[in-house]
Amino acid sequence: MAHIYVAFIALFLGGTAGLLQVLVRSGHFELPWGIGYYQVLTVHGVLLGLILTTFFIYGFQIAGVSRTSGTLSPKQRLICWIGFWTMTIGTAMSATMVLLNQASVLYTFYAPLQAHWIFYLGLTLVVVGSWIGGLGQALRWMQWRKENPNQNSPLLSFMVVCNNLMWFVATIGVASEVLFQLLPWSLGLVERVDILLSRTLFWSFGHALVYFWLLPAYMVWYVVVPKVIGGKIFSDALARLSFILFVIFSVPVGLHHQLTEPGVDGSWKFLQVILTMMVVIPSLLTAFSLFATFEIRGRELGGKGIFNWLKKLPWGDVRFFAPFMGMLIFIPGGAGGIVNASHQMNQLVHNTIWVTGHFHLTVATAVVLTFFGATYWLVPHLTGRTLTKELNRLGIIQTIIWAVGMAIMSSSMHIEGLLGAPRRSAFSDYGGAEIAKTWASYQIAQAVGGTLLFIGIIIFLYIFVKLRWSAPKGEEEFPIGTVAPHAEKTPAIFENFKVWIVILVALILIAYTYPIFDIIQNAPLGSKGYKLW
Amino acid sequence: MHLHKYEKYWLTFGVGSLIVFLLITGIMAFHNGSHPPSAKNTINHEKVDEIAPFNNPGVHKVSGKDWDYEVVIVASAFYYNPPELKVPVGSKVKFIATSKDVVHGFEISGTNINMMLEPGYISEYTTTVDKAGDYLIVCNEYCGVGHAQMHSMLKVVDKK
Repeated sequence: MAHIYVAFIALFLGGTAGLLQVLVRSGHFELPWGIGYYQVLTVHGVLLGLILTTFFIYGFQIAGVSRTSGTLSPKQRLICWIGFWTMTIGTAMSATMVLLNQASVLYTFYAPLQAHWIFYLGLTLVVVGSWIGGLGQALRWMQWRKENPNQNSPLLSFMVVCNNLMWFVATIGVASEVLFQLLPWSLGLVERVDILLSRTLFWSFGHALVYFWLLPAYMVWYVVVPKVIGGKIFSDALARLSFILFVIFSVPVGLHHQLTEPGVDGSWKFLQVILTMMVVIPSLLTAFSLFATFEIRGRELGGKGIFNWLKKLPWGDVRFFAPFMGMLIFIPGGAGGIVNASHQMNQLVHNTIWVTGHFHLTVATAVVLTFFGATYWLVPHLTGRTLTKELNRLGIIQTIIWAVGMAIMSSSMHIEGLLGAPRRSAFSDYGGAEIAKTWASYQIAQAVGGTLLFIGIIIFLYIFVKLRWSAPKGEEEFPIGTVAPHAEKTPAIFENFKVWIVILVALILIAYTYPIFDIIQNAPLGSKGYKLW
Repeated sequence: MHLHKYEKYWLTFGVGSLIVFLLITGIMAFHNGSHPPSAKNTINHEKVDEIAPFNNPGVHKVSGKDWDYEVVIVASAFYYNPPELKVPVGSKVKFIATSKDVVHGFEISGTNINMMLEPGYISEYTTTVDKAGDYLIVCNEYCGVGHAQMHSMLKVVDKK
């Protein structure tokens, strides 16, 4: 529960920051008291992208591991608590510096813009805390494996371990950036920092980060949703296979964020584009498994014909409806991602607000709606209360508001991006340029969508408070699906993480050794720090 | 591991399209030379103003090269030098740009001319401008408080 509290405080503050942004960018609103637009943008990005997600994911994962592998031992519990407090202290440190306007470097750091060292140190603690917490979860899984030799471990725990492994490998890049570059530099120990290297290390983590958000949503889709609709998991083996593939192809692809940057050879960028696209395969696997589960269940309930079974699904149950809307919206989100990662197409949309639209579909809709859906059973499950009919209905309304708000905001961002409007910019008429005028109406649409989203957050928090403190007492289940009886047997190799780690490391070495060597070899004079906000 | 029959169809179709897609992208990249801007020349960003060609920003007609014009741009917070560019329609133009301080973007709105400018690196992109009109150049990478005010204008004009 502690994780969930921090997550939702972050949701509220970050959501408020988001609302302020869309209002400012509409050109009809100015921030009071000298608060900077980019300061608000930093709050929004860091709180929602890092804090809400990481804390929620850990709360969910700890609950999931202890539900499927057994209660944590006192030692494992203690490790998780140490992780939690390290993360929380780090969050408080960074948040303070952002609020003091000492760290308006947005969420990707943007060296040589230089933030206060306490900001960097705080974020380091968040990452280190997440390593500790992740270790606590993995230990429980290892204990289960020891107690049950030669058996497949519980699927949900297995997925948690996959996600933590990926997170650990991915954050090594950003940790070395902060520890060896940004911290000594912001403390004044070194004068200059290699910009391109810092960006490359950042993005080596930056893309895996999105899978760190996505995989817990997939856990809900694979394991929880089948149970909620009364069906079975289509195939345990397919689920594990797709998780392994996500782990392998999430890290060595960061260069696709740097396609238009100087200093990296085009061929190496192309190699990483190929590796990026591999992620299409587990995504297709996932789509197949999920819809197979839905169709089988719909037919069990008497659905006939090609699509009639769709009607039989429990649309009135928010535990199904919210994640399902997330899945649906993930389809255009994923398609947009293919455009972004395409070697040449990227040039049209790179750093335009199209990209912002893209990740508001994938993360802020697919992932966040799934987390909302999970909250509606996880919180009452933990607090010994029930999700009442009224709260369920309110949850459905909340989901619809969220989906509509995001559809309005995101589609206008996509169109505006194609027309060339940049991302991460305050309102500007660009010296009265004609093209900038065509952007204005989309910016107003974004403000409308963003306002709906803010209303969605308020309703969600209302439901959360109800579920925590005042809903009727009772038992709410933690839905864990079981595997369909006719599913294929799971090969033991999936549990052998040694094999996967070796492949992962090899791919990272192939994808990064030469570019990084080249970046260092060919490095220009490093940069001194700037503070331009 | 045995896959379900439909699963096999689905994956074959999916992976097949992926391969076709990557082949097209790959041929464009390596056969047609259509890589994104990736120049590797470096420069001392603190002395940009003294080093050619950046000591003389602007549009320069060149001869004996694969392109007709070189457009030299120096970006700094929060300004592009020069603030306005004029090139004749139909000419092949090489954009050569760099940053004097922090990371900036160089995006000509509504086109695929889009590159990052990083201190110490020279970014280059060659293209043919084949439609007359005014094109807004914006900074699309956050560079500080004046970020949204950082712009320039490319005028593609009829040949005289």
